[in-house]
Amino acid sequence: MTEHVTRAKAAITTGHTAAVKTTQQAQRVVSSRKVFQQIIRRDLRVAMRQRSDLLNPLIFLLIVITLFPLGVGPGPDILGRIAAGVIWVSALLSAMLGLERIFRDDFRDGALEQMLLLPVAVELSVLGKIVVHWLLTAVPVLLITPLLALLLNLPVQAWGVLWLTLLIGTPILSAAGAIGVALTVSLNKGGALLSLLLLPLLVPLLIFATAAVEATLAGVSPAGPLALIGAFSVLSVTLAPLAVKAGLRVSVN
Amino acid sequence: MLLQGRELQSVRGERTLFSDINLDVTSGQLWQIEGPNGAGKSSLLRILAGLLPPQHGAVLFEGERIEQCRERYYYDLLFIGHKAGIKPELTAIENLEFYAAVEGLEFTQPPYELLAQVGLVGLEDIPAQRLSAGQQRRIALARLWFSQTRLWILDEPFTALDVSGIALLHERFQQHLAHGGAIILTSHQDLQSMSYPVQRLTLRYQH
Repeated sequence: MTEHVTRAKAAITTGHTAAVKTTQQAQRVVSSRKVFQQIIRRDLRVAMRQRSDLLNPLIFLLIVITLFPLGVGPGPDILGRIAAGVIWVSALLSAMLGLERIFRDDFRDGALEQMLLLPVAVELSVLGKIVVHWLLTAVPVLLITPLLALLLNLPVQAWGVLWLTLLIGTPILSAAGAIGVALTVSLNKGGALLSLLLLPLLVPLLIFATAAVEATLAGVSPAGPLALIGAFSVLSVTLAPLAVKAGLRVSVN
Repeated sequence: MLLQGRELQSVRGERTLFSDINLDVTSGQLWQIEGPNGAGKSSLLRILAGLLPPQHGAVLFEGERIEQCRERYYYDLLFIGHKAGIKPELTAIENLEFYAAVEGLEFTQPPYELLAQVGLVGLEDIPAQRLSAGQQRRIALARLWFSQTRLWILDEPFTALDVSGIALLHERFQQHLAHGGAIILTSHQDLQSMSYPVQRLTLRYQH
């Protein structure tokens, strides 16, 4: 490894890397943690420069939720009963809208290839992408959930549980979504295929999430369905990066 | 021996692009892959970079298969493909800072000098998407000026560059080779008149 040191010195004496320093004087080190942070930082920055892409799914969600009382009638008892289901179905569909963004742009401009060529585990970079997607799509939904619950007249005692199902359920959307996008990103018309591929997988999530809210409304403990969603969530976030890596390998071919 | 290709074969669809390709890249060498459009130059580079699995054969980095020493290989590899990996929403500096950081480097000050060297002065605050194709290419190639990787694999590095850009790149190649680096590139340019030796590998179009 002494070769690196001499090379670095040689480069500095020629003045070409004058403005660059290695993180450690002797040997540059590529740490997994740093790469993970850099990917998150860059993607957040990119997202902040195309805010309309971020707002569209959120606006879609708000429109659906405000239209529902007009469609089914403003009777508070009906609305309260269907609120959790409506919020979850709309959240699921709005998540589908922006899902392709996880890898589509990176695929087009070549950043995806560069990501596969980083000297750290690909799974880690993929996890970074999933985290960014969750931060950008799920956190805004979590923030407006009280408003949605209010619009649909969900009884207040169920608000907390609904919020909790969204908090632990949305990582599943990002993680499973990443697998679907990884498989379809190189196809020109992957959008419809993506929904067909993913929605069946997400049906259990929808069922348990609404079951948890209904249990609360019926005065029963929602711990069972919540635990199941939690288990799905842990499983999909830990295993999805492996599947995404395999999918991306095929897609960049 | 830095990089070796052993009996490489690539099949795309029904067509065999090339087969039985062998190459031995040692430090200080520049390899130019030549051939008509569709002969499989880019595929060969992608196989060497480990982005595309070969149908047959193996790529060895310092005697070890690249699948086995992936992280060690990528620590020392810089690949700039047809799509250069420059985020169009970010400025030149932001793009370069990212690539420096993931290589374990850090700019002690904003890299104005670097941008000056590649002819991007005054454009540092403009998102890459508002620059021309040649300027975007220059951002990607600016990575070559700070990268400390030993092996460079470049797909058509001269595309969209003007005469001064091409001259700059030649100068940088020469330095890299003199410092013991190695370069594999595809180009339709004639590199024979350059001051450094060029190894050539010609792919023929196969039906």
